[in-house]
Parts: sequence; C-alpha cells; structure tokens
Amino acid sequence: MSETVLEARGVRRSFSVSGGFMKPRRALHAVRGVDFTIRRGEVVGLVGESGCGKSTLAKLLLGLMPPSEGEILLEGAPISGQDRLETARRIQPIFQDPYSSLNPRKSIGTIIGLPLRVQTDLGGAEIARRVTETMDLVGLPARVVDSYPNQLSGGQRQRVAIARALINRPSIIICDEPTSALDVSVQSQILNLLQDLQREFGLTYLLISHDLSVVEHMASRVAVMYLGRIVEERPTAGLFAEARHPYARALLDSVLTPDPSLGIPDTHLGAAFPNPLEIPAGCSFHPRCPKAMPRCCTVAPDPLRIGDGMVECLLHAPDQHDEPEEETTR
Amino acid sequence: MAEQVLEVEGLSVDIPVTGGMLHPVQEVSLTVARGETLAIVGESGCGKSLTSLSLMGLLPSRAERRARRLSLLGEELAGKSERAMSDIRGNRMSMIFQEPMTSLNPAYTIGDQLAEPLERHTRLSRREVRERAVEMLERVGITAAASRLGQYPHQLSGGLRQRVMIAMALICNPDLLIADEPTTALDVTIQAQILHLMAELQREFHAGMILITHDLGVVARVADRVAVMYAGQIVETGTAAQIYGAPSHPYTRGLLSCIPIPGRSRPGEHLGAIPGVVPSLIGRMEGCHFADRCALVEPRCRKGDIALRDGSGSGHRYRCVLDPETPATQEAPA
Ligand SMILES: Nc1ncnc2c1ncn2[C@@H]1O[C@H](COP(=O)(O)OP(=O)(O)O)[C@@H](O)[C@H]1O
Ligand SMILES: Nc1ncnc2c1ncn2[C@@H]1O[C@H](COP(=O)(O)OP(=O)(O)O)[C@@H](O)[C@H]1O
Ligand SMILES: [Mg+2]
Ligand SMILES: [Mg+2]
Repeated sequence: MSETVLEARGVRRSFSVSGGFMKPRRALHAVRGVDFTIRRGEVVGLVGESGCGKSTLAKLLLGLMPPSEGEILLEGAPISGQDRLETARRIQPIFQDPYSSLNPRKSIGTIIGLPLRVQTDLGGAEIARRVTETMDLVGLPARVVDSYPNQLSGGQRQRVAIARALINRPSIIICDEPTSALDVSVQSQILNLLQDLQREFGLTYLLISHDLSVVEHMASRVAVMYLGRIVEERPTAGLFAEARHPYARALLDSVLTPDPSLGIPDTHLGAAFPNPLEIPAGCSFHPRCPKAMPRCCTVAPDPLRIGDGMVECLLHAPDQHDEPEEETTR
Repeated sequence: MAEQVLEVEGLSVDIPVTGGMLHPVQEVSLTVARGETLAIVGESGCGKSLTSLSLMGLLPSRAERRARRLSLLGEELAGKSERAMSDIRGNRMSMIFQEPMTSLNPAYTIGDQLAEPLERHTRLSRREVRERAVEMLERVGITAAASRLGQYPHQLSGGLRQRVMIAMALICNPDLLIADEPTTALDVTIQAQILHLMAELQREFHAGMILITHDLGVVARVADRVAVMYAGQIVETGTAAQIYGAPSHPYTRGLLSCIPIPGRSRPGEHLGAIPGVVPSLIGRMEGCHFADRCALVEPRCRKGDIALRDGSGSGHRYRCVLDPETPATQEAPA
C-alpha cells in the first residue's frame, strides 16, 4: 500500500450562526468527526447532498480554515504547524466556479504563473516558460495568455484553474465540484483532461461531487458524507455493486442513467430535510431512513470496518438485535 | 389519438442586441398531447428557455415573435393581446422555473402566492381558496401544509420551494405545464422525488407537459417524446426510444457519448467529447449549425438550409445531410 498523502483525524468544524431575530447565536455543526486518509496516486471521491459539509471539509483539508477539533496531516506532519505558503505549494484546490475563483483583473498568464511567483524564486523567463508549458498541457491555446477570465468560455476557465493548480507540482489536488457548472459536453472534456494528467504525473485527487456517475467514472474509492460525517467508504466498484448504508443506496438509486426503458426511481427516503442546526439524536439519518429500527433513534452508530470498507450504520453492527432483513434487492 | 394541447409551427424569435440581431429560436415546430411529456434538451445557450418563454408570451418587449401556428387546444394564441395572454398564463398554461425564487415573491407568504391565481381566475370564496391552497400543498407532499401558508419563501428549503412552485403552477389545473430545468438546482434524491411528483400530478390533471433540461438522464426517464435543440433549431426529434436507441444527428450522438454511465465505462477510458462551444446566435448562419463542431463535416454541410429528414421510424426526424450509419470518430454509447 502506498504512503498516505493527506489525513484527517477526528476533524470537526462548527460555525456560530444567527439564531434568528433577538435569539442567541447557535452552533452549526458542519463537519462532525471525520477520519479520512488519501494515499499517493489515488483518486478518492467524496459525495453527499448539498449542505452535508463537503466544501467545509475541503477547506479544512486545504488549511484554508482551522478545524474546531482534530488534526489534518499533510505527508505525515500537521498542517497547523506549517508555513502557509509551503502548505499551499503541496495542496492545491480547483473549485466549482472558476469565474469567482479567478481574479477578473489579472491576465490568464499571470493567474497561472502566480503560484510560482509566490512560492518559488524562479525568474520571470523561467516562469513564462512554465506557464506556456502548462497551458499546453491542459489544452489552452497559447494565444489566450494575455486574455482575461471573462473572455474565455466556462470550460476554458476551468482549464485555467487546473493549470494554476498543477503548475507547481502539488502532492494533492482537491477538486470541489470541478464540473458542476459546466455542460455535459464540456464536463467530459475536463474529466478526460483530469484523468490524463492523473495518469501521466501520478497525481493524487480528492474529487468532490454531488454527481455519482462522475465519481464512479473517476475515483477508485468513494466516501459518502451525510450531515457532517462519512457514513460509508468503499472501493468504488464494491459501493456501486452493493451499497451498505441506506443513504448511500438511496444516492445510487437516484442516479438517472440515460435509459428510456427505466422510470423514475423511488428512493424510499423520508421527506425530512437534514438540518445541521438540529442534528437528530441517535443515527442522524434515521428520520429519512427506510430501514430505521427503534434503537436508531437513540443509539449513534460507530464506524465499522467491513472488508476493505467502512460503514456507520446499526444495520451492520454485529451486536444488533432487531434483525433487519439483510441487503434486500435493489 | 389524444387531443393536442399545444401545436406550434414555424416559431421564430428575434432579439436586437448589441452586435446585431439574435436568432435564438428558428422555425421551431412541436406538438404536445394531453398526458404527454415532450422534453426539449440541449446545451446551455441553445435557445431552450427562450422557446418556452415565447410560448408563454413572456419574451422581453424588444423581442419579436413569429409563428405560422401557435395554438392551445385549437385556439390561436399568436394575435392575443398581453391582457388576454395574462388571463391564460397561470390558468390554462403555467410554468415552473429552475430557481423558485425567480417566480416566488419574497415579500409575500406562501398562502398569498397560492391564492393569487385562484383569486384572479376563479370565483371561489376566501375560505374555499384557503382550502384549495392547503389541499394543493398536501398534494405536492408538503407536511403541516396549513402552517406553511403563513411562511415566507426564504424560510423553506430549496426542495420545498420547488414543491410550492409546482403547487402554484398546478393550482388552476392548467392544460399545459412548461417546466424549465425544474430539478437542476436540486440534490439527486430530491430530484427523483420531484420528478415522481410531477409525473403523478400530470397523470392526475391530464395535462400536457414540456420539460426543458440539459440532463439526458432526466429526459430518458421522464419524456415520451424528445426534441434535441442546437443553436436555435430542433436538430432531432422522436420518441425517447428512437432518440436513445437510434440517435441519428451527430450532435445527439455526441451528447450521449459524453455522459459517464456507472458500470458502462471501463476505468481510465475516455468519455466522448464535443469540441468547441455553442456558437453565438447573432446573425444568420449558413448550412448546418453544428458543422464547426462536427467530426463528420463535409463541404455540402455548409450550404443552404438543412431540412429535417425522416429517421428510424414514424415521427423520428433529424436535420443532417449525412447518413446515420456514417461511423462517428467520436465514440457513441454502446
Ligand atoms: N462560513 C460559514 N458560516 C456559517 N455556516 C457555514 C459556513 N460555511 C458552511 N456553512 C454551513 O455548513 C454546512 C455545510 O456546508 P458546505 O460544507 O458548504 O456543504 P456542501 O459543500 O456539502 O454543500 C451548511 O449548512 C452551510 O450552510
Ligand atoms: N433577454 C435576452 N436578451 C438577449 N439575449 C438573450 C436573452 N435571453 C437569452 N439570450 C441569449 O439567447 C441565447 C439562448 O438563450 P436561452 O434560451 O436562455 O438558452 P438555453 O435555455 O438553451 O440555455 C443565449 O445566447 C442567450 O445568451
Ligand atoms: Mg460545496
Ligand atoms: Mg435555459
């Protein structure tokens, strides 16, 4: 097994948010105890519905905000003690909306070269050479080097974000919904590019997406997040063949493959909307779970290792007594 | 054959913009029968939303709309005054938008907004209006419906707002429902629930539905018939089985090849791709609109107007001079 590049240990993050007019502020628990490792050369997918804490976890991993509790280790050392620039060199982000993450007043060449300017003492000519080389690598025509972000298409802007992330050879790239704002025709170009770069340079990615078919296509391992916790983590093939957590299964069932002989799937999920301000007692998924047992309302499940994966669900706990029917058909 | 709710022939829209004349909708013809769902699918910027807005009579005032025929249950809409159209909107034809906040007014309660079309288009008493509003909210799966009437849109989650908008669109029992990207902003599990609901309500109300989306997965699961739109034109149309089983326009084939399908693609395999972007719709285009992005382009593709021709079966038509058997260099789905 190859070495660990990035590790989260017991990571939590809450925000203090307004409780409403004349009410005291309340704690919003966005990430609630995440343990997670990414090994070198791996593409790990992180999925879950909006608001479950994916972007917050990404920012914690990137060192863009400190965890309320727990620790992030980058290549074995806690990032809390490290120089900010050195962390930024080794771990780079690609965000969903390249428009808001690219400075509109800087030229494409300047944007792509910026990491080299702040993180290295390379000279201008060498930086320009590396910019040209990287633009070529990500399929950006050399002529856009002096253009500004608003002069490029959405797909080209995402290529700029990829070039910027790549230029200083980071240890890991965190992609937060990198194709969610793009048309499927452009998404496929960007996914192909990310895949080619990964293979050519042995890159390591954390790929965050709400689209399970994207993650299935790209990742070798997938973590499913619900209300701030990872509830199942498995090699991709195993998860897609037979998800163990009822939420993971509902997510998989909701993927609409382009098959006109199939109808709209019934996820059997309750309509209760997950609210990180009022996290249910017991298993936080129980109000929506089609397989909830009485004790799921009071007992919080512990993470359980099964084979090469992890699941956090009382249905799979060895000491459970309510005897649910194991793995009903999908 | 079921009654045609909507019949459109030769619908075009021109909008003067800086840089010239925009032609976002060009000679679009389509029909929708009772109980039928027609999906309009294509990349963003192809003219899908302007097509739906022009059907509703909701185009910007500087836009010009032309149609040889635009009829709702046989009644011609083309010459109708704005006042007559506003009587029809929300009553006999209604629309659901992607972002509920564009059609929900943040300053009014859910109850006020549900009551508005009823007060306008029916003679129900206040009590009956309230009862109907509660009933409709329950119908779209909203719990504690009566207590929601006093809430404001921002107090609801995205999924709930979308349900409220569906309730608003259906409260007057319209003959035609136009839904423009109704689930695009929603999570997949909620998307499945909303699509279920829409299909169920459509059956119950026996309405015709136009579903506009860029998501070919949604189209496959929901549509009876499909119109693929590219750069202002319908480039292929047919039943869902024809479009997915025998896609004949290179654009349709390209779109289908771009979608990752769990279990289908091998690890490391490339997805299909359509190079380039949707062209600007300013000015007139000669020949096939897709020519610049098409791997199969030939000189004859660039000449004249390309007409729709018959495809694999009855009602299947596509706008391409090449034979569909021509092997695409871009990989089509197996
Ligand atoms: N800076 C912040 N202040 C307050 N609440 C926040 C902040 N950032 C995120 N949240 C909340 O934390 C939860 C998780 O958000 P996020 O990590 O963005 O989820 P995701 O990326 O999975 O959609 C949400 O309820 C969100 O509203
Ligand atoms: N009100 C408007 N004024 C001028 N141009 C518009 C307007 N609305 C849309 N457009 C342009 O018309 C084209 C088609 O837009 P639209 O119908 O929204 O496409 P779609 O819904 O397929 O994404 C795009 O190029 C868009 O920029
Ligand atoms: Mg996010
Ligand atoms: Mg649109």
